[in-house]
Amino acid sequence: MAGRKALGHRTHDGEGTDHVKRSAFKNPWLPILLLVPQLSIIAVFFYWPAGYAVQTSFFLQDPFGFGSTYVGLENYTDLATSTNYLDALKFTAVFTTVVTFFSLGIALLLAVKADKVIRGARSYRTLLMWVYAVAPPVAGLMGVMLFDQSRGNLTQLLQSFGWDFTLGVSYWDTAFAMMTVSVWKQIPVNFIFFLSGLQAIPNSVREAALIDNKSSMGRFWDVTFPLLAPTGFFLLIINITYALFDTFGIIDTIVKGEPGNNPMTLVYRVFVDGFRGGDLGGSSAQSVVLMILVLILTVVQFRLLERRIHYT
Amino acid sequence: MAKVNLQDVRKVYPNGHEALVPCSFDIPDGELVVLVGPSGCGKSTLLRMIAGLEEITEGQLTIGDRVVNHVDPADRNIAMVFQNYALYPHMTVAQNMGYGLKNRGLPKPEIDQKVRDAADMLDLTEYLNRRPNQLSGGQRQRVAMGRAIVRSPDLFLFDEPLSNLDAKLRNQMRIEIRALQRRFNTTSVYVTHDQVEAMTMADRIIVLNKGQIEQIGTPSQIYGSPASTFVASFMGAPPMNLLSGSVGDGVQIDGGIAVSGPSPQGHTGPVTIGIRPEDVEPSEAGVLPFEVSIIEELGAQRLLHGEIGGQSFSVAVPKDQNAETGTMKLALKPGAVHFFHNENGRRI
Ligand SMILES: Nc1ncnc2c1ncn2[C@@H]1O[C@H](COP(=O)(O)OP(=O)(O)OP(=O)(O)O)[C@@H](O)[C@H]1O
Ligand SMILES: [Mg+2]
Repeated sequence: MAGRKALGHRTHDGEGTDHVKRSAFKNPWLPILLLVPQLSIIAVFFYWPAGYAVQTSFFLQDPFGFGSTYVGLENYTDLATSTNYLDALKFTAVFTTVVTFFSLGIALLLAVKADKVIRGARSYRTLLMWVYAVAPPVAGLMGVMLFDQSRGNLTQLLQSFGWDFTLGVSYWDTAFAMMTVSVWKQIPVNFIFFLSGLQAIPNSVREAALIDNKSSMGRFWDVTFPLLAPTGFFLLIINITYALFDTFGIIDTIVKGEPGNNPMTLVYRVFVDGFRGGDLGGSSAQSVVLMILVLILTVVQFRLLERRIHYT
Repeated sequence: MAKVNLQDVRKVYPNGHEALVPCSFDIPDGELVVLVGPSGCGKSTLLRMIAGLEEITEGQLTIGDRVVNHVDPADRNIAMVFQNYALYPHMTVAQNMGYGLKNRGLPKPEIDQKVRDAADMLDLTEYLNRRPNQLSGGQRQRVAMGRAIVRSPDLFLFDEPLSNLDAKLRNQMRIEIRALQRRFNTTSVYVTHDQVEAMTMADRIIVLNKGQIEQIGTPSQIYGSPASTFVASFMGAPPMNLLSGSVGDGVQIDGGIAVSGPSPQGHTGPVTIGIRPEDVEPSEAGVLPFEVSIIEELGAQRLLHGEIGGQSFSVAVPKDQNAETGTMKLALKPGAVHFFHNENGRRI
């Protein structure tokens, strides 16, 4: 039996690779030197504006650009009582949940179906990837056209179901259009990840499951889904980030010109208050809140990625 | 436990490749049959059809007294051990073994009991809560065995289960699998391309070549009277020597070397003569002139490679017998000479 135990150590080769990584650079200054360009770009384009935003958030800007007054935390306390801001917060929560849920769910469904048919076919993937290449404002524009009040194809379709769709007038109709376009835009990415996740599951494992479990739903939830979970966690974070931040272009195209009564997300609110409303201080405070949100998401993401179980 | 019957079972893949020509055979209850053949000959295809993982193009497959052509793999009451083990990476060893039973609706205490018994038998008890990626190759192999055993199936199917293990472990597992199969007396089909595994484990061997059954027989039948030149050269290491010759007035190897002993019944003209390397011995009184060019030391044996009448030939001699390169005479042991058709390779 001693022989068997000795074998147990062979598969754990983790320590070996760590060792190689550590001894890669003899001179400690070389890696730093190599990082300087990257670090300076990050400093100039991220830390400096971020620091500036934090600073601005403590001041009240003169609307005509003549100096500013220090107001302490007032910009933040104002946010907590602003109905506009709280509405945007609520809407962002709903929007993010809906977009994340549907873009993940639909993509997973499509991937599972596609995986059955096309184990290995590449052209299909490329075809779907094209949607990803559509720029957000263009996607938004397409949404505006499809949901256009008089000529939009989708408007007409919805009308035939008895839904009198009014983009830009009804709050939830506008929200619906935003969500639909956002979901549509994000499905391809999720699909590709899910599909490659599915194809990474060894055929023999599926076959073993085929012998062990008669029900295909059972097999999906017991074997396929858990094996996709690492991909799923990763995509969850990516999708939340997407819904929060990358949908700006879509929202901007849909609500353009009339932000007034329309639904908008926190990120869009920053833009509207800062650049349309000229309230740089309040807008900066909102940015800082968002930065904290991103920070939390990033921490969660790294935690999850670290803990991601590597099945091999 | 069950007998298995294949009636003209054929497989054509969707791309038109005929992986298996119609073939028929029986596996009696409790027998371990080894499917052996070179890579790509259709062993896995045949096994997977029995498992239900691959559709049967034509013919009839019976397990027990049920025709199972259109029965779900999960309903065939079989267990399969895969080459790469195919364990569920996210489940513990215990969950891996119990998964099939759980889906059959067995009560949890009963599953636990069965899993523990199997783990006991396979020395896996201390690993029950580990994941497969925390096990060595040999341990994973055991878990795969355990997963098969706990289901108490009618039929075990093995697809090259030992080919990912090192030589020493392979020998050990081979004996263990055989012992387990004997103990449960479960009908088994075992696929391998390793002829040593085939010879040592099988009750009966089925030799496949290019989707066709070349021969079915016990290991000693296969070795002792191979049905074709293919079987003769595939089974046995070193393989049987095949020499072209002719039958007329006695048997001659090309180049006019006469071979003593009986000549085949009712056959004259060109013929392939088969002689196993261990069925000849160096002897002053021998009839075959053998030109030795290379000597290979195998420890227990010594292999002499060279030529007879310009055709390559090998001889195995015991380690205590001296050998050197140069010319020597070989004598044939009784029954050493096999005859095959020189065109289709079938035994005469
Ligand atoms: N899905 C498939 N579609 C088309 N042809 C296939 C398919 N699977 C296998 N084949 C072909 O059928 C033949 C038999 O394949 P099979 O996997 O049964 O070989 P094997 O005897 O198990 O070989 P190995 O020892 O390498 O595992 C091969 O020529 C292979 O190329
Ligand atoms: Mg195979």
